[in-house]
Amino acid sequence: MANLKNSKSQSMGLHKEVLTGRTQQVFFNPEEAENFFYYGAYDVDFNKRTEIDAKNLTCAKLNDKLNALMKEGYGTVVVKNPQGKHSLGVGILNKLNLIFEGSLGYFGVGSIDGPVVRITGRVGWSCAENMMAGKVMIEKNAGSCFGAAIRGGDLICKGSVGARTGIDMKGGTIIVGGDAGAFTGFMMQRGRIIILGDVGINLGDSMYDGTIFVGGKIKSLGSDAVKSKLSSDDIFWLRRKLKVAEIGSDFDVTRMTKVVAGKKLWNYDALEPSEKKGAI
Amino acid sequence: MCGIAGLIHKGKTVNIGKELQDMLQALKHRGPDSTGFALYGQGNNQGDYIMRFKVGENVAEGSSAVNEDKSVYDERRKQVDKHIRDLGGSIVNDAQLTPYSFRYCIKYNKDLMEFSKRIESVEMTEILSLGKSLELVKDIGDASVVSKQYGLDKIKGTHAIGHSRMATESGVDIRSAHPFWGYPFSDVSVVHNGQLTNYWNNRRALENKGMRFMSECDSELIAVYLAEKMRRGVALKDGMKDSLKELDGVFTYLVATKDSLGMAKDTMAAKPMVLYESDDLVAMGSEEIAIRTLLPQEIDTYDPYDGEVKVWQI
Repeated sequence: MANLKNSKSQSMGLHKEVLTGRTQQVFFNPEEAENFFYYGAYDVDFNKRTEIDAKNLTCAKLNDKLNALMKEGYGTVVVKNPQGKHSLGVGILNKLNLIFEGSLGYFGVGSIDGPVVRITGRVGWSCAENMMAGKVMIEKNAGSCFGAAIRGGDLICKGSVGARTGIDMKGGTIIVGGDAGAFTGFMMQRGRIIILGDVGINLGDSMYDGTIFVGGKIKSLGSDAVKSKLSSDDIFWLRRKLKVAEIGSDFDVTRMTKVVAGKKLWNYDALEPSEKKGAI
Repeated sequence: MCGIAGLIHKGKTVNIGKELQDMLQALKHRGPDSTGFALYGQGNNQGDYIMRFKVGENVAEGSSAVNEDKSVYDERRKQVDKHIRDLGGSIVNDAQLTPYSFRYCIKYNKDLMEFSKRIESVEMTEILSLGKSLELVKDIGDASVVSKQYGLDKIKGTHAIGHSRMATESGVDIRSAHPFWGYPFSDVSVVHNGQLTNYWNNRRALENKGMRFMSECDSELIAVYLAEKMRRGVALKDGMKDSLKELDGVFTYLVATKDSLGMAKDTMAAKPMVLYESDDLVAMGSEEIAIRTLLPQEIDTYDPYDGEVKVWQI
C-alpha cells in the first residue's frame, strides 16, 4: 500500500492528511472484477462517428438518442443546434468523443464519468456538475456554479465564468481562461482551480482544502482563504496543465497567486483524518 | 423561482408584444402562476396618458383572490370616471379588456401622485401603469394565455420587460404579480427574480415618505424604492447602484423607462441572468432559451457579474 506522506501532492497543498490505506484494493478485489459492471456504460469505437440535429428534440429525447448510439458502439457523436437547451449530455458513464456545435443551457453534461466533450458555444449554470472523470472544453463563456461538486476530470472554459465556480468541488481541475465571479471555490474540499483572469469577491470562502491559482486581480479573499507561496512543483504543474488544456500556453504562470485554506474555520485539529472525511 | 426577460431594440420599432410573449412562454417552467408584460409602445400618438387599471381581481383557478359579484365592477369604474373628471382630466378613449380591467387614454396635465391617489381611493382599484408609452398588463396564467386575453401580440414598440411568476412571498393574484409600476412616475416599471430580506424595514421607511404599496410582494419594494429615488432627482442608474447596498437579499431585477432599460444583480450573484448584446438589440432572460426564441442561430451570450448594473438606451 502506498504511503503518500510528504508526497509532492501534499507539498502543493492538495491535501494534508495521510492517505495510507485508502487504495481501491480495499474495496475492489481485482480477482472479482468480472462480478462488477457499470450499468449504462458501453464499449465504443471512436472511429464510428455520427451526427444528431437537436433542433426539434427535447433534452430527454436527445439524451435517449445519445444513449442508444453509445449502445450501438458509436464513439464520436456531433450534436448540432443544441440551442441552449437544458440538461443535454448528462449521465454519460463511458469514454466518448462528444461535440456540441452550439451552446448548452443549464446542467449540461452533468454527472459524467469519462467522456471528452467539446462545446463550441457557451454553457449555462451548473455545467458538468458532479463530473467524475473525463474532459469538458467550452470555447466561450459559462454561467454560475461551473463545475459544482466535481470529483475528477478536467473542466475548461476558454471564456469567463459566473459566480460560485467550483462550489463544493471534491477533486479534479477547473481551468478558466477569462474572469470568474464572486465566491469562486466556495466550500471546496479538494481539487484545483486555475483562473487566468480576475476573480470577484470572497474567493475560496470557507474552503476546506484544495488549491486556487489566480492570474489576475483578486477582489477579496473569503473567510479562511489565505495566500500561499507558489512552489516550483506548482509552476511545473500549471505549465503542463495549461498546455494539455490548450489554453494560455504563453501565460506567465510564475506571477499567479496561490490561495489555500487557512484551516482555522473547520477545527481540523480536533478531527482524525477518517472523521474529517465523514464530516465532509 | 420566477423568470424574467427583457429586450430593447435600438432605433427601430417591432412587434414587441409577440417577442416578449415568446420569451416569457419559454420561461413558463420557472413560474406558472401569473405573467406580466411591460411594453413600451407608441402611445396614442397624441401625447395622452395611457392608464391601465383594474377594479377587481381574476378569480380563475389557482388564484388566491376573493370572489366578488361582477356588478361591483361597473360601479367602481363609474367612480373612477368621476374622479378623472373631477381632477380636470378627460377620457379620450376607453376599452374594457376583461370584466375587471381597463385601458384608458386620458388628457391630464397636473400632478400624477394626486391623480393616482384619487383613482386608487376607489375600493379594489389599482393603477397598473400610467404613462405615455408604457402598457403594463399582468394576470393569472402563462404568457400565451395573458397575451391572448389582452391582445398583446399586436402591440408594437421598442422595448419591454416581463415576468413569469412562481408565488412564494405573497398570494396568487394580479396585485402581487409583476411588473410593478414605479408609482407615481409615468412609464417606469420593474420585474424581479429573488427575495428581499429587509422588505418591511424599507417599506415602513418609504411609506413614511408618502410612497404607496399595493401588495405585500417584496418585489414591489424595488419599484417604489427606485421611484422614491427618482422623485428626489437621483438618476436611474445611480438609484440602481444604491439599491445593491441598501436592499438586502438575493435578486436580479430589470427596470424600464420610456427610453431605457436596465438590469441589476446583487452582490451574491445568486439569481441568474443571461445577456445578449449587439449593435441593434439587447436581449436578456433568466435562461438562454428565452433569448433563443428571438435568435435561434448561434449567438454569444454571457452572465453579468455580481454587483453589476447596466442601462441601455433605445
